[in-house]
Amino acid sequence: MNATNMLFLDILLVIALLSLAWATLTATDARRSVILFIAFGLVLTLAWARLLAPDVALAEAAIGAGLSGALLLAAVQHHPRRALSSERQNTGKLANEKQNDSNPADLKSSVAIRWTLTLFCIALAFVLIWALLQALSSETSDTLAQSVSANLANSGVSNPVTAVLLNFRAYDTLLELAVLLTAVLGIFALSEQRTGYLPAGPVFNGLVSWLVPALILMAGYLLWVGAHAPGGAFQAGATLAAAGVILRLAGKRNIGLPVSKSYLNIILVIGSGLFLLVGLTMLALGRPFLDYPPAMAGYLILLIETAAMISIAATLILAFLGGRPRNREDRSC
Amino acid sequence: MLTAHWLYGLSGCLIMTFGLRAVLLNDSLLQRIIALNVMGTGVFMILITIAYRGPDAAPDPIPHALVLTGIVVAVSATALALTLIRRLTEEQDND
Repeated sequence: MNATNMLFLDILLVIALLSLAWATLTATDARRSVILFIAFGLVLTLAWARLLAPDVALAEAAIGAGLSGALLLAAVQHHPRRALSSERQNTGKLANEKQNDSNPADLKSSVAIRWTLTLFCIALAFVLIWALLQALSSETSDTLAQSVSANLANSGVSNPVTAVLLNFRAYDTLLELAVLLTAVLGIFALSEQRTGYLPAGPVFNGLVSWLVPALILMAGYLLWVGAHAPGGAFQAGATLAAAGVILRLAGKRNIGLPVSKSYLNIILVIGSGLFLLVGLTMLALGRPFLDYPPAMAGYLILLIETAAMISIAATLILAFLGGRPRNREDRSC
Repeated sequence: MLTAHWLYGLSGCLIMTFGLRAVLLNDSLLQRIIALNVMGTGVFMILITIAYRGPDAAPDPIPHALVLTGIVVAVSATALALTLIRRLTEEQDND
């Protein structure tokens, strides 16, 4: 590939990213912000691919642009007035306090605050750029990356990113699944699910009956291929969640989640639970926590990833529902 | 010498600071959440730039794994924050 052509592409991508980010952040209308944010995520996917980070590109396309976009769009849809407009409606101020807001002294102080913060951000940008240039120009010895490639043969997988996520730094991923579980518990505590959508017309229904099986198949493929190529539990879980989102938009009642509350709880916990169980089994076998025997590592990683995919998908679908499911098996406490 | 991938690192720095400014100054809660996501993206760009080792060398997998974790944590934090906003507006509507 011609180096000059690539530089041209890089400059175009960077300009697109910067202007989309600026437009997202300065849009006065929340809906416009959300749509620009989705576009920003899609262009970003190209940048990740260009920087040889295909795993990150897949996750960005499925989660960063796709599911975050769906969550934000649903939030805009259900709150057309409050908490969204750029005016100060969401601070809960009374009408007479609002008048105070517009008196000259307050306005001046808020302009002063704006400029102070802007200058602080500009200064921070310079510090960051300086630090980045230092980091990029110094010759690092790279001991971590070297030990990853030295031990890759013993990790049970040949994709180095999957090896880091599920073997060398499995701790981080276990805690990440715990973060997802905490988030879904918070969502359950705060709210019930939003009201559903109307049943879709025949054309959309036809599309759904093609898309959902294709997405399930693709999730399975991403899960399997993650061992030796870009892919893995997170990308697969997000793809599976996308199938749930589509079913939800088509007005289906049970969007792939179990009706019974106890089964739902099991699939939410199975990702972190099974991961923890494998770690504890290693302890019982006299090995360090989450240190798999090399001969078994490949199977254990696939097992953990399958369970993680199910939990991730269920968590993301419930996040899209916006709360604990309604109209299910009644269980009052 | 300034090579192409430095461009991404520099724009990562700028996107992070754009985002931080919007998080601090935007009045709308939903747009603050979007700004927080944009800010996170800037951090991810810096990390991926540091991982890049040129067109022929394999990049460092550890920052890639960190960014993957970051993307998933960001989406779960976003989901929780959106539910908090929804609850907040419901409470304000009831007042």
